[in-house]
Amino acid sequence: MAANAPVPGATDPAIIRNFCIIAHIDHGKSTLADRMLQITGIVDPRNMRAQYLDRMDIERERGITIKSQAVRLPFKAEDGETYVLNLIDTPGHVDFTYEVSRSLAACEGAILLVDAAQGIEAQTLANLYLALENDLTIIPVLNKIDLPAAQPEKYAAEIAHIIGCDPATVLKVSAKTGVGVEDLLNEVVKQIPAPVGDANAPARALIFDSVYDTYRGVVTYVRVVDGRIPTRDRIKMMSTGETHETLEVGVISPDPMPSKAIGVGEVGYLITGVKDVRQSRVGDTVTLVGNPAEESLGGYRDPVPMVFSGLFPMDGSDFPVLREALDKLKLNDAALVYEPESSVALGFGFRCGFLGLLHLEIVRERLEREFNLDLISTAPNVVYRVVMDDGKEFTVTNPSEFPGGKIAEVYEPVVRSTILTPSEFVGAIMELCQQRRGTMHGMDYLSEDRVEMRYTLPLAEIVFDFFDQLKSRTRGYASLDYEPTGEQSADLVKVDILLHGDPVDAFSSIVHRDKAYNYGVAMAAKLKELIPRQQFEVPIQAAIGARVIARETIRAIRKDVLAKCYGGDISRKRKLLEKQKEGKKRMKMVGRVEVPQEAFIAALSTEDSGAKAKEK
Amino acid sequence: MTETTTRTLGAYVHIPFCASRCGYCDFNTYTAPELERDGTTVSPATYAERVIHEIQLTKTAMSTEVRTIDTVFFGGGTPTMLSAADLVRILSALREHFGLRVGAEVTTEANPDSVTREYLAELHAGGFTRISFGHQSSSTKVLHILERTHTPGRTWDAVRWAREVGFEHVSVDLIYGTPGETEDDLRATLDDVTRADVDHVSAYSLIVENGTRLAAQVKRGEVAQPSDDVAASRYVVIDEHLTAHGFTWYEVSNWATPGGECRHNIGYWHNDDWLGIGPGAHAHMRGTRSWNVKHPAAWAAHIDTGNLAIADSETLGPADIAHEDIMLRLRLREGLNLGLLSVKGIGQALLAVNEGLLVESEFAQGQAVLTDKGRLLADGLVARLWD
Repeated sequence: MAANAPVPGATDPAIIRNFCIIAHIDHGKSTLADRMLQITGIVDPRNMRAQYLDRMDIERERGITIKSQAVRLPFKAEDGETYVLNLIDTPGHVDFTYEVSRSLAACEGAILLVDAAQGIEAQTLANLYLALENDLTIIPVLNKIDLPAAQPEKYAAEIAHIIGCDPATVLKVSAKTGVGVEDLLNEVVKQIPAPVGDANAPARALIFDSVYDTYRGVVTYVRVVDGRIPTRDRIKMMSTGETHETLEVGVISPDPMPSKAIGVGEVGYLITGVKDVRQSRVGDTVTLVGNPAEESLGGYRDPVPMVFSGLFPMDGSDFPVLREALDKLKLNDAALVYEPESSVALGFGFRCGFLGLLHLEIVRERLEREFNLDLISTAPNVVYRVVMDDGKEFTVTNPSEFPGGKIAEVYEPVVRSTILTPSEFVGAIMELCQQRRGTMHGMDYLSEDRVEMRYTLPLAEIVFDFFDQLKSRTRGYASLDYEPTGEQSADLVKVDILLHGDPVDAFSSIVHRDKAYNYGVAMAAKLKELIPRQQFEVPIQAAIGARVIARETIRAIRKDVLAKCYGGDISRKRKLLEKQKEGKKRMKMVGRVEVPQEAFIAALSTEDSGAKAKEK
Repeated sequence: MTETTTRTLGAYVHIPFCASRCGYCDFNTYTAPELERDGTTVSPATYAERVIHEIQLTKTAMSTEVRTIDTVFFGGGTPTMLSAADLVRILSALREHFGLRVGAEVTTEANPDSVTREYLAELHAGGFTRISFGHQSSSTKVLHILERTHTPGRTWDAVRWAREVGFEHVSVDLIYGTPGETEDDLRATLDDVTRADVDHVSAYSLIVENGTRLAAQVKRGEVAQPSDDVAASRYVVIDEHLTAHGFTWYEVSNWATPGGECRHNIGYWHNDDWLGIGPGAHAHMRGTRSWNVKHPAAWAAHIDTGNLAIADSETLGPADIAHEDIMLRLRLREGLNLGLLSVKGIGQALLAVNEGLLVESEFAQGQAVLTDKGRLLADGLVARLWD
């Protein structure tokens, strides 16, 4: 711990530097952060846990950061002065663009960290653009220069091309060995501007993260823009007007250090005792009840779920456990929405809304891991706006609720996507995007052999295994980022799957009319493989409304009887039949058809794999 | 209970020897080299001695048993690996210790290759009344796939000799649905069967049992997996052919001319009582099933020390008994009294009538009797009738 460190709440903004690190998963952001903790002396090397700042198990296992944290680093720079560096850790994934933008808004500068063996990735580029829009000072850095496969010259030129700097100014570090990290901190001091705020104005602080802690309740991370936030004072959330008392304020360095206040330009946390992150929303402005600010800092936005999926417990009796689990997760996840849903095929569950596929996957995995649930999730879908001929409008978050009758228009969400790829795959990607109803907006060579392609795509197409396809067509080299840009009208239809004449709600899907036939044929064929033969013939049909577009038949089983049943066979055979009967209890009845749960899972899982591949 | 005296008593004697092991077979049987490898003194030559000893021990343990034996069945393995004299000695031991009812049915399974006219004459003179030959198929191609050693024509010599020496009942076993078997192969086999003087046919679809050579061949792709659809079609061919030649099905896999039904096996399907003698043999006595240790060496060790060779037993609860009754009686043409079903089970039976699995006229008279289609789908139906 650095001696005579500047005191929180009484720190001159001139010695403060607020910055974040923009990097792709695996490019070494957490390792770099760890090294900074060590170099500034706030973590003893013996107490160093790898990736200190990533708290949740899932984060550490996957090497990604879901929730940002802010850490205050006292740093004695080359000029002999001690500075306060506030490192704000940002989430690194497409689903959390809004959270990233709020983290960026809390900073004056950003380190652009790129793996010297891999070059920049699409998500990094997207976040970089976001940082540039926020007028952040960018310090470009190549990491992993110790790797034999590193090509620092090549990627320095690429970065220089993107941000318009001299390749020679790109810093080269190895977060792993520590080489160049101290120089980097000095550059942070030199290049990134100190925060500018009015210490005497009514307090305004930007919430850039809020985390639920079992013992403390919600911990809210703020950047104080004007004034100061003292402990034991009344604060007001400007978007909702809700007021709370600050039971504790402080800074993280790297453990929480309570202080009397946090002052202008500083980054810290506040605890009010609230139990739900919805009461402390990312992007909101905190002010004081006693001397409130007139205007908020702006930029606040409610989280909007973009992707919906049904989550059903494998064992129907786990429904209450699932409800409780979702209620708990919600405390820490302002973007998670859900409501009860019942499915003919899958029983009782919840229709859940997520920011995107990774968000879905993280929630699902936490439910399974932390609450010991076995879940089936239905194929993810986007939100549709359906306008009827009579002007009525429906918002459809579940294909089974797609209205029948006279439909005037169906609107689907679209995203602006950025794909970075080695140039040899440009043709393959164009073909894929074409198939996925994409519109190209531009293409730039970042370097001789790396291309940035920009497309507008329906979100539904991305949700439907786009990422898998992109990876397989580019041998894993291409990367993707996207952000919602609005909606478009499209010729969309609902395809139902009927088993022996009965629709199976879990398999209904909204697809473009041109693809309805392929979807129907593929789904019917898949189900034919998965559903065991019954005592009667079972037609599988795919239909748009009343019109059947594809059909398969599961032939009736003709023989199940075991030929021999003599004295020594009786016990064994009885037990075998009893076991089979027990197994049948776990079958779901669709009309008269017995469908094993595994068939539902298998039929739903391949479409779900896009989410799984995404973080690999 | 008076019921105990009305239940028939059977005796099953297991002969765990074969000259060679067939590729599809997972029965509890051993070849001479296998026994030698296992280091046991058990052999066909010394086997009868121990079986007779086991019969004595069994009777001692059941000293209160007053019933005489109604049916005896020698199965295997290949019972005819033993000399005719040994088989007759074993039968005599049963007669001596338990008594044989007048008109008792005494069956042995036989490999057509291992019997002569004289051998059969000796068995008949010693009290055997029924013989069941493992014919399997008349196609040398099919027999080759099954790794059966006998030449198909040999069966019909054996059947003729059996009749000549006075056997009242002669049966043949068939296996159908073997990969490579054509419908013509099966028809040729059936023509042979109904030309011969047999009054009983058992026909079993080939099952690939885990751990057999056949299973390994199927796994390696050398032999195709037998298909249930093919088996179903073949079953229909068998049933039609036999029915056209004066046979009637009386159990899912068994057909007989009038009076030719195997009473011993019917005892199994009626859940009657039977003794189990020999390694791995199962017994059933008034709701308790027990079974002997499986390996001949382990079995011999028990018997030689004057102990029964029971490995374990299971006392059936009322629900188990009900399940077994339904499972077993449904296999029979006489069917299952609806009184054995729960209300829900009767509901399922009614559904099954509508699905064409149970005979409507029989249902109207209180019996669940399988239709032709229902016979092939009996196992699924059993589970439903358990409701």
